[in-house]
Amino acid sequence: MSDTSERTDDAIDTLVSSEYAAGFVTDIETETFPPGLDESVVRAISAKKEEPAWMTEWRLEAYRGWRAMTPPRWAHVHFPEIDFESISYFAAPRGDKPASLDEVDPELLRTYDRLGIPLHEQAMLAGVEGAGRTPVAVDAVFDSVSIATTFKEQLKDAGVVFCSMAEAVREHPELVQRYLGTVVPRSDNFYAALNSAVFSDGSFVYVPKGTRCPMELSTYFRINAENTGQFERTLIIADEGASVSYLEGCTAPMRDENQLHAAVVELVALGDADIKYSTVQNWYPGDDEGRGGIYNFVTKRGACLGARSKISWTQVETGSAITWKYPSVVLRGEGSVGEFYSVALTNNLQQADTGTKMIHMAPNTKSTIISKGISAGRSQNTYRGLVRTAPNAHGARNYTQCDSLLIGDQCGAHTFPYIESRQPSAVVEHEATTSKVSDDQLFLCRQRGIDAEKAVAMIVGGFCKDVFRELPMEFAVEAGKLLEVSLEGAVG
Amino acid sequence: MPLLDIEDLHVQVEDQVILGGVHLTVAPGEVHAVMGPNGSGKSTLANVVAGRPGYEVLRGTVRLAGEDITQASPEERALLGLFLAFQYPIEIPGVSNMEFLKAAIDSHALARGEGAPSAAAFIRRARATAERLGLDAGFLKRGVNEGFSGGEKKRNEILQMLLLEPRIAILDETDSGLDVDAMQVVAAGVNDFRDTGNAVVLVTHYQRLLDYIVPDHVHVLAGGNIIRSGDRTLAELLDRDGYSWIEDAC
Repeated sequence: MSDTSERTDDAIDTLVSSEYAAGFVTDIETETFPPGLDESVVRAISAKKEEPAWMTEWRLEAYRGWRAMTPPRWAHVHFPEIDFESISYFAAPRGDKPASLDEVDPELLRTYDRLGIPLHEQAMLAGVEGAGRTPVAVDAVFDSVSIATTFKEQLKDAGVVFCSMAEAVREHPELVQRYLGTVVPRSDNFYAALNSAVFSDGSFVYVPKGTRCPMELSTYFRINAENTGQFERTLIIADEGASVSYLEGCTAPMRDENQLHAAVVELVALGDADIKYSTVQNWYPGDDEGRGGIYNFVTKRGACLGARSKISWTQVETGSAITWKYPSVVLRGEGSVGEFYSVALTNNLQQADTGTKMIHMAPNTKSTIISKGISAGRSQNTYRGLVRTAPNAHGARNYTQCDSLLIGDQCGAHTFPYIESRQPSAVVEHEATTSKVSDDQLFLCRQRGIDAEKAVAMIVGGFCKDVFRELPMEFAVEAGKLLEVSLEGAVG
Repeated sequence: MPLLDIEDLHVQVEDQVILGGVHLTVAPGEVHAVMGPNGSGKSTLANVVAGRPGYEVLRGTVRLAGEDITQASPEERALLGLFLAFQYPIEIPGVSNMEFLKAAIDSHALARGEGAPSAAAFIRRARATAERLGLDAGFLKRGVNEGFSGGEKKRNEILQMLLLEPRIAILDETDSGLDVDAMQVVAAGVNDFRDTGNAVVLVTHYQRLLDYIVPDHVHVLAGGNIIRSGDRTLAELLDRDGYSWIEDAC
């Protein structure tokens, strides 16, 4: 008998055995705090970072608030209770922070090399002529500390501050004190409170008035240590008329235990400022039986404080065992604009509950939500979004498009759109579709000589096109490839 | 050596036997028409030869230029030079026609041990071929079959055939849903394609396409078997008398 249908399955099965390329462990001596969390641990983290007293107090207040809170349970995800006393809250490569790249442990440099992250300014600049690439400034965060930030001098010439959060607390306390916790308050939610108490490194960006940041900024987060949580904190401020494009990437080794990642990202856009924040999230997703992987519980929010300001989130979420994140925009400035473009792909036993909140609090504010959810394997993929228009948001407009693509018949796609409109002149549009990668589409591709693996990647790429074109060019290519790898074994 | 050699092909779909011992031999340079009433197994024949999943071959062999492809995957058959023009071309939203064609052409080139053509060379050729089929340049940028009219979808199939240059092209009801103008364009494309080294199998319900693409052989498929073969006059007979006489003959 013919086995052509089995062959389709086989082709798909071979895709399953895909490697998580970023899953290696860096063998480096690490200083790790013993597991558990109390006030002394918070103080110790603060001391490690040589923080001023106000920062220590700020953390302690967050810690006390957190103690009284309980984890949120409303998300459409399932996992065993996390024991917060079994997690270590600080890990860093041993030794003093290197003053320059030359002093960075070569083992660390090799790590970033393997991940394809450019840390050598000279090589980057040389590449400019060779390949026509624009240089990208990188802040590399390894476990709880930033190990290097490139192009700082060039950025400084333009007036742009790009450094680790720890450095910002020391060097730019006035900006940190003014804005930290203003967009995501310490009491915002359980994980945000935890982050506020124990946050490790992350990036700080300040773009002064009227300045267009001369290059892309990016941060690469790497979890390496075992049994350690990562709690990075990022704060980006675009002053009046300023603009900046920022990208974050994240990876972690393959381990059988789940690891917690609870980040907070705050964006502040003053009048006419423009912030574009892109994420390619590739934390270790766990194996095909659902063992291990990162719990990615993240609070990301931007505030369009000034008139005509704009904040745009673009995310490509392929990693993590569980993703719980809702990059949101609070539109306080008249005529301000919020955007959310998302591709969330779940395979095997991954779970994602992700979406956005667009809070219209001023007249003529505008928001756009384009969400593309792809579910494969036995995964569950949920879009959860809120569009709220306040009574004074005359002429507010929102357009939401929410598409789900199913691969196979054992996965789930769910959509929870919430609309709260208190302003009758506001226009809120919502469109949603659900489709499947059909056998007919696959057969068309294969009949034209395109193998099943490539065909699925092409079909999914087409589905995500509206989001990919929002990514900076070279990251769009990276995202496409990542999707291809993450999809391996997806059709059955 | 025949380009396509189907021998004693028995096929079932979901426990129902659709083909019960089909023989068909197609030599280079020939055009064959396979005709028959609805439900006679025409589309099954086209699809099973192309290796579509869901069809179970109970017995028999399919050879392409001497190579047994009965168990080959759809992409292996395609890369050996077998092309199927679909009766209902499906949409692939967001994937541009250009991207799709380039991927198909590249994998064919790779299979022949050649390098992929340059993007510029490919675009020039694709545009020129599309133009011959009355498709404007913007057509190539649109999503595969996305929002295409019935005629555009069928012309797109012919475009793919002309670009991929298969050894054997099976056209499954390519005439259905076409007006006379579109049919003439499609037929011109097929006639352009024909040469002494390749072959065409037209699967059709109606004789009218055969006014434009003249077949060397006509076969009547009914009840899962080829019950009669002849030259083009057989098609004219079918056109005049319909298929009712076949039911009597079965």
